[in-house]
Amino acid sequence: MDVPKNLHKALEPFLIIVGSLSVSMVLFGGFVAAAGANPIEVYHTMYRAAFGSSFSWQNTLVRATPLMLTALCTALPGYLGLIIIGGEGAVVIGGLAAALAALTMPTAPPMVVLTTMAFVGMVAGGIWLAIGGALRHYRAVNETISSLLLNYIAIAVLNHLVTSTFRDPESLNHPSTYHIGEANMIGLIPGTDLHWGLVFGIVACVLAWFLMHRTVFGFGSQIAGGNVRAAQIAGLPVGRLILIVCFVAGAAGGLAGMVEVAAIHGRANDTLNANYGYAGILVAFVARNNPLAILPVAVLLGGIRASSGLLQRAHELPDATVLVMQGIIFLVILFSETLYGRFSQLQKQGVA
Amino acid sequence: MAPSHKLTRRQVLKGTAAVGALGMLGSLDWLGQAWGAQDKVKMGFIFVGPRDDYGYNQAHFEGKSAVAKLDWVKAFDEEKVPETIEVQKSMESMVQLDGAQVLFPTSFGYFDPHILKVAPQYPNVLFLHCGGLYQEGKHPKNVGSYFGYIDESQYVAGIVAGGMTKTGKLGFVAAKPIPQVLRNINSYTLGARSVRPNCTTNVIFTGDWSLPVREAEATNSLVDQGIDVITCHVDSPKVVMTTAEKRGIYCTGYHVNQSKLAPRGYLTGAEWNWAKVYMDYADMIRKGQKVPNLVRGGLKEGLVRVSDYNQVVTESVRKQADAAKAKFMSGAMIVYKGPLKDNAGNVAIPAGKEYVQTDYWLESMDWLVEGVIGSTKS
Repeated sequence: MDVPKNLHKALEPFLIIVGSLSVSMVLFGGFVAAAGANPIEVYHTMYRAAFGSSFSWQNTLVRATPLMLTALCTALPGYLGLIIIGGEGAVVIGGLAAALAALTMPTAPPMVVLTTMAFVGMVAGGIWLAIGGALRHYRAVNETISSLLLNYIAIAVLNHLVTSTFRDPESLNHPSTYHIGEANMIGLIPGTDLHWGLVFGIVACVLAWFLMHRTVFGFGSQIAGGNVRAAQIAGLPVGRLILIVCFVAGAAGGLAGMVEVAAIHGRANDTLNANYGYAGILVAFVARNNPLAILPVAVLLGGIRASSGLLQRAHELPDATVLVMQGIIFLVILFSETLYGRFSQLQKQGVA
Repeated sequence: MAPSHKLTRRQVLKGTAAVGALGMLGSLDWLGQAWGAQDKVKMGFIFVGPRDDYGYNQAHFEGKSAVAKLDWVKAFDEEKVPETIEVQKSMESMVQLDGAQVLFPTSFGYFDPHILKVAPQYPNVLFLHCGGLYQEGKHPKNVGSYFGYIDESQYVAGIVAGGMTKTGKLGFVAAKPIPQVLRNINSYTLGARSVRPNCTTNVIFTGDWSLPVREAEATNSLVDQGIDVITCHVDSPKVVMTTAEKRGIYCTGYHVNQSKLAPRGYLTGAEWNWAKVYMDYADMIRKGQKVPNLVRGGLKEGLVRVSDYNQVVTESVRKQADAAKAKFMSGAMIVYKGPLKDNAGNVAIPAGKEYVQTDYWLESMDWLVEGVIGSTKS
């Protein structure tokens, strides 16, 4: 029947990922032991700092929020077989565009301003990544390289505009745009210290999953990702699929930028370039491009980042410790990709 | 979700306080009064970059390490904390999990909006920020700022550079054309021109605080243009110093002492002395004194200093530099006094006008003094 088969399809990646994470933890434990710390204590500290209390959970979720959105920048084009790493650029351009949009409407009510900011930020981020997709489709330019280079262009555009045309003259030693206004800031989810960006991230991931797994459009994208020739022969508009998927992916990054501006900074400045786009690549990779898997992976990575502070303070380990952990997880997951289809027990049951 | 998801953070805080981790929550008025003398002063430091960057962050880390040696202080720190909501969480974590009584978030970008957002939630914790932005009435009372007039040290270093250059051309690798940076460039140039009047300073702005590759390119490019002494204002001067040493020219340092990186060419340098600041703060808190919201100072107050001269620095140059230093120490030195032209030929400061170090006008500097080759346009 269908149900056990589906369950089966989910079981293999689940077991492999859990297995990889366990192996990573053992390896990392060896690393911290070599660095002179007690691995059990380190893990205890990490747990305490990331998930041990209400405050820790909020700390983790706040750090996971932008990663949920930026992971989509890489995950969605992945369905088409494209490796896009331009999330950073989409965040920067989206945040910049959103801030500028808000500044054009000083008298509008906050809901209108925020809606416009989200819309403009998403369109700007979407167009930014769609450039990479278009270059791929029409000019056969490698999308990985072009999207990476687009990041640098985005950062340069941001730095130029906030230090010249759109600079708030009051922002003496930290060039920024004008503030969008306290009234226009996104508030907190009641009863928590979390801003609404978290909800945006979760909704975006769920919608993205629905789009790619439950619609004709998503089906077509997966076909095109599997075999472009076959898709073209079947009459699928591959170019349009690439452009739209890249646009949607970039829109998620643009929304992340908008949230940074509207929920945290209130201005666009160089802090938009906080490497969330790059961290998102790792999340998408570990989640194997599945939008629903992005959610727990982003929380895991957010937790690792959240634990860095206490690790430094409690064990005097450098910040690089958590980077080592991220690196180990990344490598082990990369290696575990070779394990798919290797466990005959899983396969046989799958056929049955 | 969290096991205690029904609790608000405030409630959790109170619970923690009851356990005793946060002794200060019971304090009524100002920090310090709540603790007995036997309690350790808990100080948390946050750095934007690595602790060992030979630059801005290392300068603060050295200050932290000095204060951590006191047996009545417990100091802890975090490095590489970005200027996003993450620093807000780091600050809260230090207060909630470690019971920090005073925080030193040292990067400029931590102030607005992050410190301003977190500080009001923890009125019994002091938030002391490096950068000097505190404004009475506008900012929360438990916020303060401290900064040093490091351009005084740059002025002295400029004298050494001006005295030692053969070509009369100095180089300056700078991050961004913002007031703090421009003031260093101008003071350096004024120092150099006080001993060698037609000396020039070539400036290259790299565009950001930490771009090692571009800093190396800028240094090489300046050397190719004939400069023979170089300095910088970026987060980590490491690359500029090592590149200068490799190219066989002189350099003067910034932030901390970099003589180890360039033993032959490191003439002197402008250094922070945060240890002094942090010791003073710790002492005030232990004694329960009110901590001033604004701490400023230069060579005279001991917030900044000048690296020991390299042995190649000649006796006459040392004398000139020491004379200027002595003048700063006595408070008699005024760097910015008219007539002074900017490098476009306009009058920057008219004759007869003087700006003392503490003058706020100097903190919105947007011009380069005559003798600087470069533009504030990024």
